[in-house]
Amino acid sequence: MRRFSFRDTPPEGTMAQDNPPKKNNWSWRSQAFRGLIYQVIAITVIAGVVWFLAHNTLTNMRVRGIQSGFDFLGQAAGFDIGESLFPFDSGESYWRAFWVGVTNTLRVAVLGIVLATVLGTLLGVGRFSRNALVRGLCLSYVEFFRNIPVLLQLLMWYVIMTEVLPMSSEAWQIGHFFLSKGGVNYPIPVWQTGQLWAAYGLLPGLLLGWLYRRWAVARFEATGQPRSMVVLPLLIVLLASLAGWALGGAPTEFNFPKRGEFAIENGGALTPEFMAVLLGLTLYTASFIAEVVRGGIASVARGQSEAASALGLNKAQEMRLVMLPQALRVIIPPLTNQYLNLTKNSSLAVAIGYPDVVSIANTALNQTGRAVECIAIVMLVYLTTSLGTALLMNWYNSRSAIKER
Amino acid sequence: MTTTTQTTVFQPIAARPAPVNTEGALAWIRANLFGDWKTSLATIVIGAVLLRLLPGLVDWAFLSAVWQPSFDACRADGAGACWGVIVEKYRVIIFGRYPFEEQWRPLVATALLIALLVASCIRYFWKAWLPVLWVVVLGLFFALMYGNVAGLSQVDTDRWGGLPLTILLASLSLVASFPIALLVALGRRSNLPAIKTFCTIYVELIRGVPLISVLFMASFMFPLFMPPGVKIDVLLRVLVGITLFAAAYSAEVIRGGLQAVPKGQVEAAATLGLTYWQTQRKIVLPQALAMVVPGIMNNFISTFKDTSLVTIVSLYELMGAMSLALNSDADWRPFTIEGYIFIALIYFVFCFSMSRYSHWVEKQVNKSKLR
Repeated sequence: MRRFSFRDTPPEGTMAQDNPPKKNNWSWRSQAFRGLIYQVIAITVIAGVVWFLAHNTLTNMRVRGIQSGFDFLGQAAGFDIGESLFPFDSGESYWRAFWVGVTNTLRVAVLGIVLATVLGTLLGVGRFSRNALVRGLCLSYVEFFRNIPVLLQLLMWYVIMTEVLPMSSEAWQIGHFFLSKGGVNYPIPVWQTGQLWAAYGLLPGLLLGWLYRRWAVARFEATGQPRSMVVLPLLIVLLASLAGWALGGAPTEFNFPKRGEFAIENGGALTPEFMAVLLGLTLYTASFIAEVVRGGIASVARGQSEAASALGLNKAQEMRLVMLPQALRVIIPPLTNQYLNLTKNSSLAVAIGYPDVVSIANTALNQTGRAVECIAIVMLVYLTTSLGTALLMNWYNSRSAIKER
Repeated sequence: MTTTTQTTVFQPIAARPAPVNTEGALAWIRANLFGDWKTSLATIVIGAVLLRLLPGLVDWAFLSAVWQPSFDACRADGAGACWGVIVEKYRVIIFGRYPFEEQWRPLVATALLIALLVASCIRYFWKAWLPVLWVVVLGLFFALMYGNVAGLSQVDTDRWGGLPLTILLASLSLVASFPIALLVALGRRSNLPAIKTFCTIYVELIRGVPLISVLFMASFMFPLFMPPGVKIDVLLRVLVGITLFAAAYSAEVIRGGLQAVPKGQVEAAATLGLTYWQTQRKIVLPQALAMVVPGIMNNFISTFKDTSLVTIVSLYELMGAMSLALNSDADWRPFTIEGYIFIALIYFVFCFSMSRYSHWVEKQVNKSKLR
């Protein structure tokens, strides 16, 4: 046995620790080099696949004589659209037809989001009710609507709208509202210049409300006295616009729908297609939002609510100041996902003939044969919405995340 | 003046009443239905509404319903739901346009596939030979459905339909999307910028558009992508579309699991000298995948429901087959709503049992965290 002394040369192999070999950046042993190679391979493969597909597409288009390009957007559409927010006739361009489709999509999506949020929140909170009947109803609602495909639900509502409801000559009437196979008819206020005064009143109202709220927040932060920071400013805005409306002569004339010979005449109308899409999307998404809300509330630790009551906060303050801010942090990201899902699901309207952007694109595709362009437009519309929302969410998340270390 | 000292006499407070019964049905009703006046009011109002609506519904669905397949009876006054339409048409609804005499084949094939799915959910079967079983059963499924072997006549895919198609689309796209999702999820967390960018673009692009536009792409644009002369079956095209779509969503779920694995685990693996793939395979993925089972299960439920969209690109899965069965027959057409209720029930049974299973798995996974 040989014992090492300090002066001895170390045995072979440990030498490396004293004198590391010169690093070779261009060797297979270098992680960075390997990474570079992998990436080059990935880029080559993907570029190759894209080139292959594009080449095939161009060849096929040439062989079949398919024209390409977005120039068709300027041509006359040649088809009518069942409903639109602004007048449209078949002589107008494809470009405007797509625009009608986008507005129709947004109309049903925005209304659906508002209604689904209200219903979903109620159902989600209802899961914590002390009343067993309420709990049971909310649970069965969620399980029922969540487990049936949304397309099936849309079609069912459409059948109910168009076959179970009475003819428009025998429409059900509640007050000035009519419900029939022709859809829903409702009174609309007649436009008069007096109503413009309400808008004039709204502007100073907004300013006043904002000023008051700023003062109230500053006061709260200086003295700790809580002041109404939401209800009172909103009340100021409302009162100001009401005052403006009264100054303008308080016009109250309505355009009431009434029974005509063949259909309900006058008033505003919602088509059965719109109603079916709206109902189907709202009820389906509400069941998911209910689960999101339930999860969010359940995620707040029990001790938080106990601590809040120990500090002497009442139930409303406890909810507003302690529970909600913590629950919302959990709720909002999945809630946005549900909003996006609702918007994307509105594309199913094509199955029942509601003229949303997909349905317009489908018609345009059948008429012009430009599949690539039409599908690209649809994807672009939805991508813009989704990515825009995603950016907004990332900003919100980074703002509301718990600051640690 | 004399000072009077006040003597306090001990006075016991009144004894508390004996606790009311807190067990049993009566106490449960008292606590859960008539706790205070608000709860009682809600109970009474909801009870009244239910009492008003339920009898009519029960009457329509069961008491005055017509069960025999005769549309004269269904059209009679006072007749409720016409379940006769299901009795008459159930074979078209469930098997679509599959040749009538051969329908035992999709029946056996579907039963096999469902049995396989159920088996995959049971811990006893989580063995190395399960993937082999999948390959065998899927092979059998295709052999039975397509035929042209063992004396079975050939049935082209455009005649497949109904429930077999729904289950096939859902389970095949789940199985096929899983490896893609795994790679994409790892890629999104990779240090290599090009790979990370590709994976991010793929996931965000797919998640940003509705499934229907992907299906339109599969049915209208896919033929343009292929070299001239190559024709790909529409079923396969749609399957590819759904798979790519499902993969993006699963990738995000898996990424969530990967993020939840503590960083120390990876560092420890690096200290032990494991390579990247060894680290992922032996350290990270076993922990991450256990966490994401409920999420994957939810994705499977969504995919199962989403398969109903292929009816828009004219494949006759469960819902397309239903429309096919009723729209072609003017006599039965007025009873579409009963048909919808029937397939809604089928979807509900599948999706509900899957979501129960997912709850059960979640509990199993969380068991290790409880103490």
